[in-house]
Amino acid sequence: MLMLTCPYCGIKADETELTPGGEAHLTRFGPEASDEDFESYLFQRKNPKGVHFERWRHAYGCGKWFLAARDTATLEVFGTYPAQSKAPPKRLLTAIRRKRPGWEGWE
Amino acid sequence: MSTRLASGGRLIDRETPIHFLFNGRKFPGYAGDTLASALLGAGQQLMGRSFKYHRPRSVVASGHEEPNALVNLGDGGRFEPNQRATVTELYDGLEARSQNHWPSLEMDIGALNDLAARFLPAGFYYKTFIHPRWAWKHLFEPVIRRSAGLGRAPVERDADRYEHYHTHCDLLIAGGGIAGLQAALVAGRAGLSVLLLEQSPHWGGRSPVDGATIDGAEADDWVKIALQELESLDNVRLRLRCQVAGLYDHGYALAVERLADHQPGAIPPRQRLWRIRARHVLTATGAIERPLAFASNDTPGVMLASAVRDYVVNWGVSPGDRTVIVTNNDDAYRTAIALHEAGLVVPMVVDARPGVGGPLAETVRALGIRVESGKAIAKVLGGKSVGGVAIAAQAGEGAVLETVPCEAVAMSGGWSPVVHLWSHCGGKLIWDEVSALFRPDPARPPTGADGSAMVTPAGSANGALLADAVLADADAQARAAVKALGARLPKSAVPQVETVAEQPLAATWIMPQGAGPALRAKMWLDFQNDVKVSDVQLAAQEGYASVEHAKRYTTLGMATDQGKLSNINGLAVLAGALDQRIPSVGTTTFRPPYTPLTMGTIAGEARGVLFQPLRKTALHSAHEAARADFEPVGQWRRPYCYPRPGEDRQAAVVREVKNTRQAVGLLDASTLGKIIVSGPDAGRFLDMIYTNMMSTLAPGKCRYGLICSENGFLIDDGVVARIDEQTWLCHTTTGGAERIHGHMEDWLQCEWWDWQVHTANVTEQFAQIGVVGPKARLLLETLGGMDVSKEALPFMHWADGRLGGFPVRVYRISFSGELSYEIALPASQGLALWQRLMAAGEELGVMPYGTEALHVMRAEKGFIMIGDETDGTIIPQDLGLSWAVSKKKADFLGKRAQQRSHMTDPDRWKLVGLETLDGSVLPDGAHLPAAGENANGQRNVQGRVTSTYYSPTLDRGIALALVHRGPDRMGEEVPVQDGKGGTVAARIVSPVFFDPKGEKQDV
Ligand SMILES: [Zn+2]
Repeated sequence: MLMLTCPYCGIKADETELTPGGEAHLTRFGPEASDEDFESYLFQRKNPKGVHFERWRHAYGCGKWFLAARDTATLEVFGTYPAQSKAPPKRLLTAIRRKRPGWEGWE
Repeated sequence: MSTRLASGGRLIDRETPIHFLFNGRKFPGYAGDTLASALLGAGQQLMGRSFKYHRPRSVVASGHEEPNALVNLGDGGRFEPNQRATVTELYDGLEARSQNHWPSLEMDIGALNDLAARFLPAGFYYKTFIHPRWAWKHLFEPVIRRSAGLGRAPVERDADRYEHYHTHCDLLIAGGGIAGLQAALVAGRAGLSVLLLEQSPHWGGRSPVDGATIDGAEADDWVKIALQELESLDNVRLRLRCQVAGLYDHGYALAVERLADHQPGAIPPRQRLWRIRARHVLTATGAIERPLAFASNDTPGVMLASAVRDYVVNWGVSPGDRTVIVTNNDDAYRTAIALHEAGLVVPMVVDARPGVGGPLAETVRALGIRVESGKAIAKVLGGKSVGGVAIAAQAGEGAVLETVPCEAVAMSGGWSPVVHLWSHCGGKLIWDEVSALFRPDPARPPTGADGSAMVTPAGSANGALLADAVLADADAQARAAVKALGARLPKSAVPQVETVAEQPLAATWIMPQGAGPALRAKMWLDFQNDVKVSDVQLAAQEGYASVEHAKRYTTLGMATDQGKLSNINGLAVLAGALDQRIPSVGTTTFRPPYTPLTMGTIAGEARGVLFQPLRKTALHSAHEAARADFEPVGQWRRPYCYPRPGEDRQAAVVREVKNTRQAVGLLDASTLGKIIVSGPDAGRFLDMIYTNMMSTLAPGKCRYGLICSENGFLIDDGVVARIDEQTWLCHTTTGGAERIHGHMEDWLQCEWWDWQVHTANVTEQFAQIGVVGPKARLLLETLGGMDVSKEALPFMHWADGRLGGFPVRVYRISFSGELSYEIALPASQGLALWQRLMAAGEELGVMPYGTEALHVMRAEKGFIMIGDETDGTIIPQDLGLSWAVSKKKADFLGKRAQQRSHMTDPDRWKLVGLETLDGSVLPDGAHLPAAGENANGQRNVQGRVTSTYYSPTLDRGIALALVHRGPDRMGEEVPVQDGKGGTVAARIVSPVFFDPKGEKQDV
C-alpha cells in the first residue's frame, strides 16, 4: 500500500485515503480535434516501467487532486505537486535525472 | 507406531493432562501439545488423505509448512477447515476431524484414484475434460465438484469477533528466534521503536532443540536473558502467536495475532489483524527443511529430520522404535543423537554423500550408530505406515542392497531460507551453490518510498544456517538497519557461540540419482497436491520450460501450503529435466499471506451492520413507523413500498401508483444528489459539464440536464435550478451524488483551474419531499403559506417561501408525469413537514409511495433511469434525448466523442417502448432475437429490454427497450425472449405510454 504526501494538506496519506486518476499532464482535445489526436488523448497512455507522472486525489482527506512522480517498478516516490501544473516542477525533474541517468524525460 | 515417551518434552506439562476428540474418538494429551504431537503421542499416525490420490498421510513437519496433517477444526460457529495440526495448540475439549476421505479415514473409496494414478498424470484434467461439450456439464463437472477442495466450507455464521489494529514502528522484526531476538536487542538498545513478532507460542525458534551454547549459556537460557532485557525496554513491543503474514509497498505489513485460538471463546477478539507501517523491516523468519525425493516418501512415518527432533525434544513423542535417518547434510545427525538420547534406536544413517566424515558423523558413529555413505533409500516399504526401507547406492538406479526394518524415516534434503516476506514486496533471490539454497540478493532488495532497501534479511532467512553464523549475521544486519534509520549504534558485542563445524551438503534432488520411471512415479514432491517427480518431468517433456507454466500445469506448490516444502525440489527436478542450472530456471513468485488467514480476520469489525456505512434520510423513522419495505440504493436505504396488512409488495405498489395518479402521494426524495455550483464562471463551467445549455437558464427556472463522460457516454441526469446570477443547484441521481461531485471537482481542479467556481455537495443538508398527484396543490394549500398556483409557480420553476411555517424551496418538477412539487427544507425539519403533510392530507387520501411506484410511473412516462436504460455504452442520442444535447455550444464533455462514426451510425440500438400483444410483462433484460447467427454461431440479437413493469395505470405490461433502428420501426411486431426458452410477440411503440402530451404535469 503506497503512501503519498498530499501537497495541499501535507498529510502522508495511505493509499486507502486516495483515489487514482491515471496519467498526468494530458492535453485535452475537443470538438475540433482530428481522430488521431482525440484517440491519443482519450486512450493512448505511456504505461512505463519506471518513472511515471500520475494523478491522485486525496479523496478521503482534503479532497484535492495532486500529481505524483513515481517509479512504477521500484515504487520510489520522487515527489508530489499540485494538480494545477502544466509541467512537472524543474527541481523534481532534476532530482529524477540525478537518480535515473538516461531517463528519456516526461513528455 | 508413534508413542509418548515416559519422560522428556520441554514444552508439555505432564501435570496437566487434557482430552480432545479426533474423528469422534477421545484422545489424551498434555497442556503444551500441538494437535499433531498429541495424536502422534497417542499412536494416531494417520491424519488425513491426499488431495488427488487419497493416499493415507501422516504429519511430515512440525510447523507452518505442514502439507498433510490438515483438519476440520471446531464445530458450529467455530468450525474451520484446513487447519494444520502441527500449529494447532491443544486445549481441553478440542474437536478435530480429518479431511478428504469417504466414508472414513481408514477406508476411503477415493483411494481408487491411487490405483489409477498412471492414468491421472499432470495435465490430465486439461487434456481430458475438453470434449465432448455435454460431458462437461453432465459428467465431469459434477464428479470434479464432489471431489474438489480440501475440507468443508463452514455453514454457520462465525461466532467470534475480530479486530484490526493500526500501528507504526521504526523497525518491524518478523521472527523471534535467536536472530530476531539479537536484532531486537541491537535496535532496542539503539532506542528505536521496535516491534518483534513471533508466529509460534515460544521464543527462541529452533535453537533450544538444535542446541547451542551462546555466551556460555544453553540456548534456552540465553533466550530468557535476552527477553528479560527486551521486556525492560519501553521502546520494544513483543508479541507471540503473531505472524507477519504479508509485506507490501512502502513498509506496510500485515500480521495476524492469534489471541484465542488456543482458548476458544475465552476472550474476544479471537484474532487481531495488525496493520503496520514500518520504516524498516527485518526478516528473521528462519529456514525450512526440505524433504528428499525417494519412492513412497509420502508413507506415514516418513518425516522431516528436524520435525522428528522436535517431536522427541519438545513433546516427548517417539516417531517409532526404530528410525532410519536419510540425509545429504550434517544437520540430520542431530536427529540421530536426539533419538539415541531418548533411548530410541537408529538402525542406520543413510547419507547420500560419499565418504562421510566430520565431528557430527563421528559423534554418531561413536554412539554405535551405523552410518552408510553414498547410499540412498530405494523405496519405503509398507502402506499405511513405514515397515522398513530398501537401501541402494545413491549413484545407481535403485538395485536393493539390503532392507532395514524400521517404523519411521527422518529425512533431510537441506534447508531453504524463508524468503517469502522479502519476495512479497519485490525482493529478488540468488542461488547459493554451496548450500543449495535461494537466499535474498542484497543487490536487489525491495525498495521503499525513498528508493532505498526497506527490508533486511537476517540469520537463517539470509542463508546463515549455523547458530554462530546466525547470530553474527543478525547482529550485523541489525546494525546496518539501525544505521540506515539514522539511530546511534549501541556498543555491544556479538554473542559468542560454541558450535560444531559441519561438512558441506551435497545437493540431492532424486534418490537414487538414476532411479527409473517406476520409482520416479512414487517420489512425491508436493504432498498436498500429489505432484510427483514424474509429473514435473512430464511437464518438461511436454514443453513447459517456464517454472510458472510447469507449476500451473502440474499444480506444484499451488495447494494451501503454497509449496513450502516442494518448491525448491520441484524447481530442481524441472531444471534437471530441462538440463539447465537451477537459477536459470528461476523461481516462482511468493504471494501473501505466508499462511492462510481466516476471512473473519480480514474483515475485522467490518461485518454485519458495520460492513459499510448505512445512510438514512431524515425521514427514516417515519418510514419505519409506516412499516416500509426497504431496499438498498447505494449505501442508502429507501422504502421500496409501504405494504399494508394483507398486502404483498406487488399489491402495495399497484395501490401506491393508483393513489398517486388519482389523488396524492408523498415521496422521500432526500437521497437525490444536490450539488451547488457557484461563482462568476459557474455558467460557463456547467455548459461544459452538461450536454445542454445551462448558462442561459433564467434564475427561478429549472432545466433537465444530461452529463456525459469525455468518452461521450451518459453518466448521470437530473434537474438543474438556477438560484441566482452566480449560483446553480444541480440535482443528481441518488447513486451519483458523490461521483458527479468528484467528476466536477476533477475538471475544475485539473483542467479549468483558473475558472472561478466553487462546488459543494449539500445532499445531506436538505430533506426533499415529493408531493405528487392531482390533489398535490390542494394539499399544499391546506398547509398555508406561499402561493403554489400555476400562475405563481409554473411547471419547471422553483420558489422560496414558507409552507405551514416551514422554510421551504419548492421545485415544480415531475418524474411521474403528475402535478408535482418537490419541497426541500433543512434536514432537521424534514420529518416534521412529512408528518404535517401526512396529517393534513388524510382527507385527500394521501399515501407515501416507494421507489418501485416511482419506477413504474417514470416508465409509464418513458423517462429514462441511469443504470437501467444506460450501462456505460449509451449516448443521449440513443435514448431520444438529442433535444437535450446542444448543437450551439462549441464544446462540452463528450461532444467530440459523440462525433465519432460509430456514435452517429444509424444502425445503433435506440430507445422504444414495447407492448406485448397479450398484455403480459416481459422479463427484465430479455433479448429480441433476430434471424441468423453471428460469427461465433450464436443467435443474432436486435435489441434488449431495459425496463419492464406491470402498469397499474394501463393494466398491462409495458417495457422500454433498446432496439436496432427502433424509432424507425414503430408498430412493427417483434419476438422477445419470454424467459422460458421461447418468445412472446410484442409491438414497437412510443416509449411514452401515458399522457404523451405531458398535460397532467403542467396544470
Ligand atoms: Zn490533502
